[in-house]
Amino acid sequence: MGLLARRNLFHDKVRFAVTLTGIVFALVLIIIQFGLFLGFTTTTSNNIDHSKADLWVVFHGVGYFDTGRNFSERKFYQVLSTPGVGQAEKYMQAFARWKHPDGRVENVQIIGFHPGSGLGEPWNVVQGSVADLKQEDSVLVDELYREKLGVAKIGDRIEIGDHRARVAGFTRGIRSFTTSPFVYAKFKNSLDYTNPESREDSTAYILVKAAAGVSPKELQERLRARLTDVDVYTTAEFSRKTRFYWMFTTGAGLAVLTAALMGLIVGVAVVAQTIYAATMDHIREYGTLKAMGATNRYLYRVLIEQAVWSAVLGYGMAMVVAHFIVQASEKGGAVILMPWPMSAGLFFLAIVMCIAAALVSINKVTRIDPAMVFRG
Amino acid sequence: MRVVAQMQREPVIRAKGLSKIYREGATELRALRDVHLDVRAGELTLLMGPSGSGKTTLLSILGCILRASEGTLELLGEDVGSLPEKELPRIRREAIGFVFQGFNLFPTLTAAENVALALDVRGMRGAIARERGEELLAEVGLAEKARSFPADLSGGQKQRVAIARALAGDPPILLADEPTAALDSTSGRTVIELLQRLAREHGRAVVLVTHDPRVLSFGDRIIHLEDGRIVGEETGVARTSEAAPFLEAPPIMPAISQELSI
Repeated sequence: MGLLARRNLFHDKVRFAVTLTGIVFALVLIIIQFGLFLGFTTTTSNNIDHSKADLWVVFHGVGYFDTGRNFSERKFYQVLSTPGVGQAEKYMQAFARWKHPDGRVENVQIIGFHPGSGLGEPWNVVQGSVADLKQEDSVLVDELYREKLGVAKIGDRIEIGDHRARVAGFTRGIRSFTTSPFVYAKFKNSLDYTNPESREDSTAYILVKAAAGVSPKELQERLRARLTDVDVYTTAEFSRKTRFYWMFTTGAGLAVLTAALMGLIVGVAVVAQTIYAATMDHIREYGTLKAMGATNRYLYRVLIEQAVWSAVLGYGMAMVVAHFIVQASEKGGAVILMPWPMSAGLFFLAIVMCIAAALVSINKVTRIDPAMVFRG
Repeated sequence: MRVVAQMQREPVIRAKGLSKIYREGATELRALRDVHLDVRAGELTLLMGPSGSGKTTLLSILGCILRASEGTLELLGEDVGSLPEKELPRIRREAIGFVFQGFNLFPTLTAAENVALALDVRGMRGAIARERGEELLAEVGLAEKARSFPADLSGGQKQRVAIARALAGDPPILLADEPTAALDSTSGRTVIELLQRLAREHGRAVVLVTHDPRVLSFGDRIIHLEDGRIVGEETGVARTSEAAPFLEAPPIMPAISQELSI
């Protein structure tokens, strides 16, 4: 049975190549779409997820990271004096104008934090260091945006919000979903860059670390009870809110998920068509098998084995193609992520897709009249 | 010997009053009408008649591929007409081997694999199936062609592979549909001699639908069908292959000819 399944599948090499192409195309399309979706969602909340904070205190009603709104520094001291708080740091996020050395202007997102605090710091610093930001008017940017920001090396000078600044280092792989690159600076400078009128006694966020032995949930309740006009989220909650906003409120996520679904439908259709064509080519053989006493179950197993072979080989090839695409995406503005649970899930998806595609053929062989073997 | 004698007395196939009606809308087509037929082990029975006379319909019913509209059918003493549909594949696996006019071999499998597939359908797999497949091919004189694909075999060789495949389940009944029609005289002779040997020496009941006058001398019985009825039967001792050159005109059989009144 297995031999017949394999021989019938591999016999017509051109058709089998078409089958594999269809499966690979569908899977790569799904990988790209889901990978983009994961990449986007990770990008939207990357500063939150890497903040190392337990809790985020935000202006009341702020629904996601990129719309930080300043509030009074008094809240910061209220937080600090709350029992169970181990550490609290002011944190800034706001848009600003970045002027190239040649005069061009770009929008950037300024992230202000306290270098050395351990909270809200940039990660994956590949040139310079976070400590370098302690120097006045020093910034870190991501190397992905060198060209966009018109900088090439440490020491390059630019203007941010009419303030002079110099590049103190580069990060790697910190993308911005809003297309405005992140620029990391110490908290004081971030206020200067974003709003020269703003006072040092305001902040957009307060990052909180719970003291040893205090659960973040418990501390969250305490802060909620104590603070007014602000919301207190756990890092996971704020991350989720931000991701949900960008992925579903804006429709961006729906678009990539729809494209992934289209990939799945195209894949099922292509595989169904090719397996059906292969079945029809061998329909007399299936009739002969029935006449010989093969049960429908036996025939299903032949077809399902063909589907599984198609899925396994198609998946293997799709993974190779996807590997190159994922690698290439690391140098681009939109990263495609393919974590192992997604790879494993795709394997099962490929199997299910191919078996679903074989159902049309299964339906066909179920209805074969074995008496056909006596017709010329 | 007593068993063989018993087998020869008791029909392996016993059909009583078989009719087959095909219905399409208000139209009815009677393909078989009240057919009574007993077939014994060790006999080579030929079903003859013009196109549309019901030969293939009768063969399909005897092979449990088609159900009769009326009448009863017993195979090896089991009333198969009353069995549920899902039981029929089992009967086909256990009791019947089929040989087809167009061979119906699997082109992507070698000769040995074609035979092994028939064993696989019967649950026999692996080395045992391969060995048995090669034995069966040796039995039909094709041991050296075990690894050949059907496309590399002559028509006669393909039909012999098909016969080896039909023997996979060691069935007491062999049903053949025009097995020599697509073959040249030499190949046709080899095939009919093989079928005759399977009946005579191996005690199988072989029923063969044919238009081919060249095979008449090999039959132990000839059943004539017309318009779905048995209109005549010739029985007697078939000529030996030496006495009946395959190419000669239809021989006159030493037979008791009887017209059946239906």
